[in-house]
This record gives sequence, C-alpha cells and structure tokens, in this order.
Amino acid sequence: MDSSRRKFLKIAGITAVAGIGAPSALNMLMKQEVQASSAGDGHGAQPAAHGGEGGHGAAPVGKRYGMVIDAVKFHENPGMAEKCIEACHSYYNVPDFGNKKDEIKWLWQVPFTNAFPGDESHYKKDDRTHAMQFMVLCNHCDNPPCVRACPTKATFKNADGMVMMDFHRCIGCRFCMAACPYGARSFNWRDPRGSKDGVPFIKKVNPEFPTRMRGVVEKCSFCDLRVKRGLIPLCVEATGDSKAMVFGDLNDPNSEISQVLKARFTIQRKPSLGTMPSVFYII
Amino acid sequence: MLEKSLKGNLGYWAWVLFLLGIIGVGVICYIVQYNYGLGATGMSRDVTWGIYISQFTFLVGVAAGGLMLVLPYYLHHYKDFARITILGEFMAIASVAMCMLFIMADLGQPMRALNVVLHPTPNSMLFYDMIVLSGYLFLNVVCGWVVLHSEYKGIKYPNWVKPFIYISIPWAVSIHTVTAFLYCGLPGRHFWLTAILAPRFLASAFAAGPCLLMVIALIMKRTTKFDIGRVAQDKLVTIIGYAALLNFFFLGCEIFVAYYSTIPGHMHTLDYLYFGLADHATGQVYNNLVPFMLSSVVMGFAGIGLIFVSRYLKSDPLLALSCLLIFVSFWIDKGLGLVLGGFVPNGLEQITEYVPTFVELGITAGVWATGFFIITVLYKIAISVKLENEKTA
Repeated sequence: MDSSRRKFLKIAGITAVAGIGAPSALNMLMKQEVQASSAGDGHGAQPAAHGGEGGHGAAPVGKRYGMVIDAVKFHENPGMAEKCIEACHSYYNVPDFGNKKDEIKWLWQVPFTNAFPGDESHYKKDDRTHAMQFMVLCNHCDNPPCVRACPTKATFKNADGMVMMDFHRCIGCRFCMAACPYGARSFNWRDPRGSKDGVPFIKKVNPEFPTRMRGVVEKCSFCDLRVKRGLIPLCVEATGDSKAMVFGDLNDPNSEISQVLKARFTIQRKPSLGTMPSVFYII
Repeated sequence: MLEKSLKGNLGYWAWVLFLLGIIGVGVICYIVQYNYGLGATGMSRDVTWGIYISQFTFLVGVAAGGLMLVLPYYLHHYKDFARITILGEFMAIASVAMCMLFIMADLGQPMRALNVVLHPTPNSMLFYDMIVLSGYLFLNVVCGWVVLHSEYKGIKYPNWVKPFIYISIPWAVSIHTVTAFLYCGLPGRHFWLTAILAPRFLASAFAAGPCLLMVIALIMKRTTKFDIGRVAQDKLVTIIGYAALLNFFFLGCEIFVAYYSTIPGHMHTLDYLYFGLADHATGQVYNNLVPFMLSSVVMGFAGIGLIFVSRYLKSDPLLALSCLLIFVSFWIDKGLGLVLGGFVPNGLEQITEYVPTFVELGITAGVWATGFFIITVLYKIAISVKLENEKTA
C-alpha cells in the first residue's frame, strides 16, 4: 500500500467515525443550551421535572397527579368498571384484535391475587376481597423503571409526574415492557388500523386522538391532555358521583385525593419495589 | 487478503451455497415479518421478548468467549495459542454481527433504530450495550485484521495495534456484563434480579465460546491441513471444563437461594423451567420448557465428564461430541430458558407460554447462517494465510 493511499484511508476512516458521532454530540450540546437559556429567562425551568429524580421521596414541588380506586364501590356497582374501560378504550382508539396474544389494554380488571401478588395473606381473609375485581392501569410511578430502561426517551416523566409515551420516537424494543413490574404496557404487534374479515380493529376511530402504528408501545396516559385542560381522566368521569375513583394532585394537601388518602387506609401495588406508584386502592 | 476466500474446493462452495440458501429463507421470512409486524412471531403481551433476544444474549456470550483464546496469548505469552487467537477474534466478529442482526429483527420500528444514537439516554442499559457491542466489533475487526495482514505480509504486527488488543480484553468482559445488566436491573422480574447474573453469563460464555471454536477447529482439522495442535486443544479442554463447572456452580447457587428461602417470587420461574408451574386460578400446569431445561442439565454434566475423558483418551471425535453437548446445553440454558423464563409468570402472576412461529424460526436460522457465513469466510482467509506462511517458512 503506498503512503498516499494509506493517508487517504486514514482520513476517510476518521471522517466516517466523526460523522457517526457528531449528530449525537451536537444534539446533546444543543439540548444543554436550550435548558440553559430557558432557565435564564426564568419561566421555562421546571423544578418539578427533576424533583423526584434520585428516586427517593415524592416530588416535593409542583404537581404530582395520583388516583385512588375504591374497589368496594366498584364491587357494589356492577357494570361501572366496564363503563370506565369503554370510555377509555373508545376515546383512545385502543384496538381489539379478538385474541389474547395481540391484546392491547390501558385499563382492565383482575382479581386480588393478580393485582397484588405477594400479598396473599389477604387471600384467605375474606370472601369479599377474594371475589372483588381490581382496576389496574399504569401506576405513573414517581420512580418509573420503564423510563429508566427506555433507550430513546420515548417514554418519559412529565412535569406533573405523569409517565408519557412518544409514539413517534419509540423504536419498539420493548425494554420498557420488561421493566414494568405491573404489566401496564402493550405493544402493537400488528397494524391497529387494519381489519379482519371486514371488521376494523378500532370499531370507531375517534379523530381527537391519533391511532398508533404497528411496532410501538402504548399505555394509559392518565389523560394528560384532558388534565391540562382542567378536566378529569375519562375513567374517573365515567364513575360519576360514586367516588369510586378520585383523581387529583397528591402534592396539594387540600385536594380531594389528599383528603381521601388522609382519611382512609389504602394499599398500592408492589410498593416494596420502590417504584412509588401514584395509584392507591381502597379495599 | 480477501481473495483467499474465493479459492476453495467443492465442499467449501457447497457449504457457502447452503448458508446463502438459508440466509435467503431468512430474508424472505423477514420480509413477511416486516410487512405484518412482530405479530408474525410467537411473542405476546406477556412474553415480550422471544427467541431473537435470547439468541442475542447467548451470542454476546459466544463473542465474549473469544477472550479465553486472546487473553492467554497476549497477556501470558502462551505461545501454543498463537495459531488460534485469530480464530477467537474472528468468531467474536461473527457473533457480534449476529447479535446486531437479532436486535434489528426484534425491533418494532427498525427504521428508527438510530434513535438510540440520536437521542442518547445514559440511564438506559441498552445505550451502553450499543456502545460496548459496536466497540467490541470495531476492536476485533481492527486487531484481527491487522495482525493477520501483517502475518500475510510476513512481518510482525505494528505496535499501534497493541493498545487495541489490550483494551479488547476487559472490553470482552464488559459486553457480557452490560448484557446481564439489561436483565438484572429490572425490579419485579425476580428470576433476573440477581447479582450473580453477570458472573453466570461470563462463566457460560467462557465455556460456550471456546466449545464452538473447538468444534470448528476439529472440523477444519479433518477438512483442511489446519491443526491447532494437541497442546492448545488440551489447554482449551481445561478452560472449557472449569468455565462449564463454574456455570453449574452459579446455577446451583440460584437454586439454593430460591428453594431455601422459599420466597415465592424467587421460586416461580425456576419451578416453571425445571418442574412446571401451576396457574393460581385454574390449576393448569405450564411446562413447555421443562424437557429442554432438564436435557440442558443432563447434556451439560455429560459434556463436562466426557470432555476430560476425551483428553485422557486423546480422542478427537469424543472431544467434538462433548464440546457440542456443552454448547447445546448452554444454548438451551441461556438461548431459551433465561430470557423466556423471566417472563413467566408475568407481573400479575399470570402465565402465558411462548412458542416461536415458523417465520420467527426462519429469521433466526437466517441470522445464524449469516454468522456462520462470516465465520466461514474469515476462517478461510485466516487458515489460508497461516498455511501458506508455514509452507514458505
């Protein structure tokens, strides 16, 4: 190999490596700049977004939304749970493939042993708990393992403590699904916009919320867009005045949810894992 | 140097053609999967990683296993490994290539794969896995190719490559450690949540990698004039034997912790893998991996026993058989049980079993064939260079 060719190859190689690395380095730099500038003009900084980081202790400032689910009320009102699920799944264009393998669900019901595995001492205590169904959904953890696992920040915690999904960034690696201890996440194994035997998987498309494409993960959003507009989540709305579900700011001591949590004994799903779920259950 | 791969006998070309055929099948299956979505596989909401990710995990081990050939030669100047270090490096290249293909095959949105680079996320273990895997590929390509090319030209390899060789040694450990961290840092997956996972991965890797290499070396001994030598063979037997025993020791530790503590979450997956697990509600017993896992244990121990016998008897066929037994045993243990088992039961203690589809198996075979194709071409070059040198020397 003569020296000029070698020199050329060396330069070409270095350029190629730099070319691959540069966009990400640039990206990181730019992001820092944006953060710095928004902190500078005084209104862009979001202390709440980082309040819970480090993993221990609830977000001390800003809002942190949570939910209390009264399983007894659901037990006493048969059909209410189904109404909640329908309200959620129809609004968010959650497809129904008619089989368990491809299943997508944001909100659903399971018996006590499935909702609270490891707490089986309750199992033998009373028939009522045993017979009850429990609404399960994304816990919007304060210390979410899915956010930690995601390699692209496609799932992230917003300033209000809600765990969000960016359907357009998700690469479909399903690391978050392995990481979630609650089975809250679903994957689009096939095209949800399709149909089988003339029956579309999404019965009636709601134009207010985008349908997903195949190959991305989805889950309960805590109705973040509704909450931003001052509304309550659809499932909570569907429970009417029953108070079977209470939604609100856990950081506000005067909120209804804080009052309920102060007055009633509640449990959480797998609190020992340190994920600090935002969903509480009255049993 | 590449031209060496273009000269071969009929057997060589038949083998290459055979591999290309399987790769073709894999490509067709991938097109089917790409058009339909990952629903074309046996994966489900509960078992979200299947045979792709489990093959990936196993092959990271095979890649790291190359270390056992490189380390004695470069760090301890163990001269008898001089002829096989290059085989270890080239095996690592093929294995990492397979790993990357399996990851791509597993992505729901493969066109967005670069998001991992465009939106780097240092809190995700996958981010580090990307770095260590591509780094390891780079190191082995550089070290392997430069050293062989120097040999081809009849000179000693240049000094600038030495740091890369030394870096590649701890780097091999890092790839399998980070791969273990993908699993063992997840709360709520009791089977994976164990500090011994990375050591266990490494032990099985240091056995499985050299096993594969040994089998290939013994095949080449019959089909070409290339012989790695009795001394190197015997040394490899020691390495494989100890690493395989360590793997079973670690497995034993896991079993003790689970069944002595009797913490249900720790026992569930082991129950499922080795005995069958009954569903809470229905009482139905799920056990589709039990025959595989039990044969893995039997094959593993039989392989360890036989490999030492083969050295005593100086029997190459027995050595090949025992290496194959250990390799298959660890392939089942890690290439099936470890990943699939972790999802049973799911986070709600429900049981869903996983069975791969034909499309999935076709893609898997295609990726393996690609790996073997790379190994074939690279080994062909390596042994051609080595044999030629020895002729002229």
